[in-house]
Amino acid sequence: MIKIAIASGKGGTGKTFIATNIFNILLQNNYAAMLVDCDAEEPNALAFFKAQLTGKKEVTQQIPVINTEICNFCGKCHEYCNYNAIFILPQMKIIKVIPDLCHGCGACSVACEFEAITEKPVSLGQVTSYSLKNADCILEARMNIGVMSPVSVIKAAIKEINNKADVAILDAPPGTSCPFIQTVATADYVILVTEPTPFGHSDLRQSVETLKKINKPCGVIINRAGLGNNDVSKYLFQEKIPLLLEIQFKKEIAGLYSRGKLLSESDSSFAEQLLTVVKNIITKHGNSSHQR
Amino acid sequence: MEIAVISGKGGTGKSTISAAFATLNGKVILTDCDVDAANLYLLFNPSHKEEVIYIGGTKAKIDYSKCTNCRLCIGYCRFDAISRARDKVVISEILCDGCVLCSRICPEKAITMVANEKSRMFSGSFSNGEIVYGRLSPGEENTGKLVNMVREKAKQLSKETGIETIIIDGPPGIGCPVISSLTGTNKAVIVTEPTISGLNDLKRIRVLVKKFKLEEYVIINKSDLNDSMSSRIKKWCKENGITVAGMLPFDRKIVDALVQGKSITELYPDSTTGKKINKIWNKIIKQKR
Repeated sequence: MIKIAIASGKGGTGKTFIATNIFNILLQNNYAAMLVDCDAEEPNALAFFKAQLTGKKEVTQQIPVINTEICNFCGKCHEYCNYNAIFILPQMKIIKVIPDLCHGCGACSVACEFEAITEKPVSLGQVTSYSLKNADCILEARMNIGVMSPVSVIKAAIKEINNKADVAILDAPPGTSCPFIQTVATADYVILVTEPTPFGHSDLRQSVETLKKINKPCGVIINRAGLGNNDVSKYLFQEKIPLLLEIQFKKEIAGLYSRGKLLSESDSSFAEQLLTVVKNIITKHGNSSHQR
Repeated sequence: MEIAVISGKGGTGKSTISAAFATLNGKVILTDCDVDAANLYLLFNPSHKEEVIYIGGTKAKIDYSKCTNCRLCIGYCRFDAISRARDKVVISEILCDGCVLCSRICPEKAITMVANEKSRMFSGSFSNGEIVYGRLSPGEENTGKLVNMVREKAKQLSKETGIETIIIDGPPGIGCPVISSLTGTNKAVIVTEPTISGLNDLKRIRVLVKKFKLEEYVIINKSDLNDSMSSRIKKWCKENGITVAGMLPFDRKIVDALVQGKSITELYPDSTTGKKINKIWNKIIKQKR
């Protein structure tokens, strides 16, 4: 199988627009495709499909529970915790876990010499699966509101793919920090979606540099071409980064998207162009069986 | 007074609107808290740059002259970051969470923690005040600590210069950096757009914002891309007791201004959009609890 991540440094450039349309075209051309919404903070890909819910998995993290009757307030767990998630006042015999800061690393349990620490799972979010025409083909990572980091939920969703498809399309979260890296690190190829504005350009550079560092092949789709200027195209030419496709800015496209409609359904030439792009990627990068 | 501009969904126009707010009449401290993709400085060419190193997380590293291949660490790591590759134990820098446990339990003391010193905080002056921004090095965990550092600097500059208005350009999403951008602010301005995703994300970020008990405003940007969706968002805001500070139509002039390195209110102050933004700003800063 091949995993293709759709990413961008800047938010709102059209990641979900591209991911949902690619997925749709692949299905129409009888590929065993799967769409994985990895933007766990704000997942939206499902809005474009009439999919049936088929399964739900809680994603949890272990957090410590300290038995204060056994605890002798030695403070070793507090010392071991690198996230400042254990608050202790030994003189007053007060010890508390701050769940929001805990990463579930288990260091405190290892530290405790008196077996005063047990662990309990807390929910971070869910991975839900959906089917279209009776085939399981969409996964959504959804972080609970108030949780600090979406990374665990994203990882769980990617694990869930489990070779169940020939082509998996990962709709990545924006940015270039941890959530982005966790998504693209598992992909064989990354499509970066940008727009020809100074902000788009600046964020694209940062994404490209990040992908270079982890040796991920990538290509770029310029969305909303015609707005802004040519700096992005010039940059791609200079850096020898493949320009996969340019999509002209049209108010109608934005309007369709806003109503949860797929452009590839109504614009066959767009559908064909996008299919060609993806076919080329599959041919070139499909057999690398890339593992991180 | 600290005003946070946030959105949930990316690309709705946080930065363009923050930039426009920052270039109206009064002087401001402009704070770019989107440390993952800082952009605002591109428009303002700040001078007298101060640069501070931000040390984020640490990553575990094996000293192979000491490692005896006992593999004890593999069992302890809960982030699946340590594995066997051929004849040695390797730690994935990407997966390592920096919890230090492997380093603590290694009987040979072969694992040390290495700090990442590539993230930075910058500050300087621009035509209409001061600007502070952060740059998180790629792949780092965005814990919100750099956001806090940026905001502390902004507050310090506010004291030093007597400029009272701090505009915070927030990151997208609803996670830690957003929480850090909102904590302790006076007003939250949520920029949304009339799409299904825009409304979904508005609803999700509202749940978060509500926890902070701030003055809340919504701006519906690019409102004419889907008028009926804009009405739906307006109705939702009304039902939920949020003031819609204004609607902005899609305007190519905003992009034209950006390309020229200016905000819309700088380059086209008398345009329809420029005037509308001015009106929205006055509504936001004037309203008292």
